[in-house]
Amino acid sequence: MLIDWFTVGAQVLNFLILVWLLKRFLYKPILHAIDEREKRIATELANADKKKAEAQKERDEFQHKNEELDQQRAALLGKATNEAQAERQRLLDEARKAAAVLSSKLQETSRNEEHALHQAIRRRTQQEVFAIARKALTDLATTSLEERLGEVFTRRLREMDGKMKAGLAEALKTASGPAIVRSAFDLPAEQRAAIQNALNETFSAEIRVRFETAPDLISGIELTTNGLKVAWSIADYLASLEKGVDELMKEQDKREAKAEPKAEAKAKSKPEDPKLETKSK
Amino acid sequence: MHLSPDQMIFWQFGFLKLNATIVFTWGLMFVLAVGSKLITRRLSVDLKRSRWQNLLEIVVTAIQKQIEEVGLSEPRKYLGFIGTLFLFVAAAALCTIIPGYQPPTGSLSTTAALALCVFVAVPFFGIMEQGVGNYLKSYMKPTFIMLPFNIISELSRTLALSVRLFGNMMSGAMIIAILLTIMPFIFPILMTVLGLLTGMVQAYIFGILAAVYIAAATRVRKPKPEPEAAH
Repeated sequence: MLIDWFTVGAQVLNFLILVWLLKRFLYKPILHAIDEREKRIATELANADKKKAEAQKERDEFQHKNEELDQQRAALLGKATNEAQAERQRLLDEARKAAAVLSSKLQETSRNEEHALHQAIRRRTQQEVFAIARKALTDLATTSLEERLGEVFTRRLREMDGKMKAGLAEALKTASGPAIVRSAFDLPAEQRAAIQNALNETFSAEIRVRFETAPDLISGIELTTNGLKVAWSIADYLASLEKGVDELMKEQDKREAKAEPKAEAKAKSKPEDPKLETKSK
Repeated sequence: MHLSPDQMIFWQFGFLKLNATIVFTWGLMFVLAVGSKLITRRLSVDLKRSRWQNLLEIVVTAIQKQIEEVGLSEPRKYLGFIGTLFLFVAAAALCTIIPGYQPPTGSLSTTAALALCVFVAVPFFGIMEQGVGNYLKSYMKPTFIMLPFNIISELSRTLALSVRLFGNMMSGAMIIAILLTIMPFIFPILMTVLGLLTGMVQAYIFGILAAVYIAAATRVRKPKPEPEAAH
């Protein structure tokens, strides 16, 4: 008999036990391991994808920020450039203004200096003219200049025209104090007597006179009483000379002022002109 | 010279007996179970894993894939039964290279037991899948005239399963035994190699047929799409 029924039963049992054993020890653990691994790989892949997405996002963000920064930088740079240009323009304008102010000051100063120089030259010329005149008079006259001045003064007193004489006489009479005779230097007693005599004779009265010295008269004598004045001095001549020179100067200044805006450089050569004109006069 | 290992009786007590078939079956069971246990004791879920684990994973996934290809959409449900059939038959055939070993599948009792298991498992899975009524109705498809033929086919294929495996394994063992007496050089080795091949083919056939029978029983009147079959 090929089939042993007990063995068949035993083998069925054995087979079922084997099925259970293999399920327990082989299929379940192996499948579990495979599943776990797949799950793990899936998780890792998902994580990698997530990280990649995050990285991409971060990269995008970074790029965006970079672009923003670039724009900001460009804007700042542009602004700074504009400001710098404006500042440069402002500084240049200021410098130009300052230069203009300085140059006008310089011109002013040079004009002032020129003016002062003119003044000094004028004064010096006057003094020199006086000195020369005095020297010449002293050298030429037989008597001293002062004596001569006294004589001239007395002569003029005597030669006064009637109208002036009457006015002066009236003034002398009404004067509360003595008449004042001013001279640039101390008059000697003789001259004082001569002047007194001349006054007495001219006005036919005893005139009270007080003598004073006034150095600013410049070689001259004047009689002052009650607001009226009779005088003769070189200063008068000088004054007329000075007047003429002054007029000339003023004319010159006006011309300079007109010519200034056109040609400032020419201003220096101008002062020579009045000298020439003074000479010619 | 025994025709079947059943006849090698080591111990007997009335009805109960311990023959070579049962002993070698136990041996195979022990090797399979302990081997699996030893390997799966330290399973790695990491990407790195031992060679033995790799081997078992290949074997298990290959069986799973085969079951799926037969048409069972949920291979894990049937993996325990069909996989064990295949592994047992394959192990029984592979061990023939061990001298003095008698394959338990060379005994008609064993193959009959396995065929009986399939005979029971087919309606079991069929009823599990589509209910008693539907399963019983499947015997009368396409018409009730087919009922006796279906029942006959059910019985005959079980018989065929058992006899096919038994004949192949027994003949292999017999040929080697006969050749050893006639010409004990080289030729028996060649025949052993051939026997290993036919043993593996028989294991494959046995497993695949069981899977086909179960698939036929579970897929009747269930034309539902198989999403996992696309793999």
